Amino acid sequence: MDLLDVVKGPWPWYVAGPLIGLSVPLLLWLGNKPFGISSSLRHICAAGFPSGIPYFSYNWKKEIWNLFFVSGVLLGGWIAAVFLSDPDQLKLAAPTREALSALGIRDFSGLLPGDLFSLEYVFSLKGLIFFIFGGFLVGFGTRYAGGCTSGHSIFGLSNLQWPSLVATLSFMAGGFLCTHLILPALLRWVM
Amino acid sequence: MSFQNDKYAVSDEFSAETSGESSRVRFRPNIRFLLAGAWFGVLLVKAEVISWFRIQEMFRLDSFHMYGVIGAAVAVGAVSVWLIRRFNGKTISGEAIRLESRRFDKGKIYGGLIFGIGWAITGACPGPIYAQIGYGYYSGIVTLAAAVAGAWVYGYYRSRLPH
Repeated sequence: MDLLDVVKGPWPWYVAGPLIGLSVPLLLWLGNKPFGISSSLRHICAAGFPSGIPYFSYNWKKEIWNLFFVSGVLLGGWIAAVFLSDPDQLKLAAPTREALSALGIRDFSGLLPGDLFSLEYVFSLKGLIFFIFGGFLVGFGTRYAGGCTSGHSIFGLSNLQWPSLVATLSFMAGGFLCTHLILPALLRWVM
Repeated sequence: MSFQNDKYAVSDEFSAETSGESSRVRFRPNIRFLLAGAWFGVLLVKAEVISWFRIQEMFRLDSFHMYGVIGAAVAVGAVSVWLIRRFNGKTISGEAIRLESRRFDKGKIYGGLIFGIGWAITGACPGPIYAQIGYGYYSGIVTLAAAVAGAWVYGYYRSRLPH
């Protein structure tokens, strides 16, 4: 077995998790930067459409490192796709697969189900719900909470901030609620 | 209005100051953040955190994977932060590392619940949205645009929302 084959496979949690955690000291070391992604959404608004809104009236250029960081995340996704793509199909837990099949998901070949996240659905009900409505909630919610999984759940918890623990528990509560009560209805509606 | 803005300045970590060299965007000093981001993006893909299916597994309690990823990341992050505090860590340029604390407001709960719902629908938190686009899932471009719109609408209604 070739080393590259091992690297191309999915990385187990005990390898990827600690490496993701090292992003926290890495960004502090590189320039005293707090690990976090969702503030980039605010910077994009501040740079592009501040519209005189106080929340967007600050010198976003001082926070440009964050836009470089998220551009890097995009680049990293490309690097992983081109050089490190897994030749095998994602191994999904059987109960999840059965539950999603029962809700009408048929395409289990990629990292995202093609029957929901294909670009051709942008202007359909699927796109409206799964890209636009879902994305809107992600942007609105993370800014309302002052952070996302990286800023609160990883950096905030690492720094023992109890407000970040409240935020993380709320993320999880919203996710459980949606997965078990809202998503089945949405899937039945669009499929 | 200004009183309200002061009140909600809890997480307003960004200053309005526009003078000096910081008002110019410089490329070279920021390349290191681009590279750090690229490494993080590779990790998100290889840990399959960008997968809608993995997020479903997590919220259906059918796999330990995502709990392991986030738990191990927090453990390593917490040890790192403890070491930085214990040994007065310095940045690459010799500056003392500052760790700011988070103030609580009810937005952590309301916003958190809203984000959680969006997370389960899109299968992506903000980091994975960027990584999905790079990976070739171009639906992420629409998701990102919608997330920016969501952030804007939050900014617009901020002073009228409970915090």
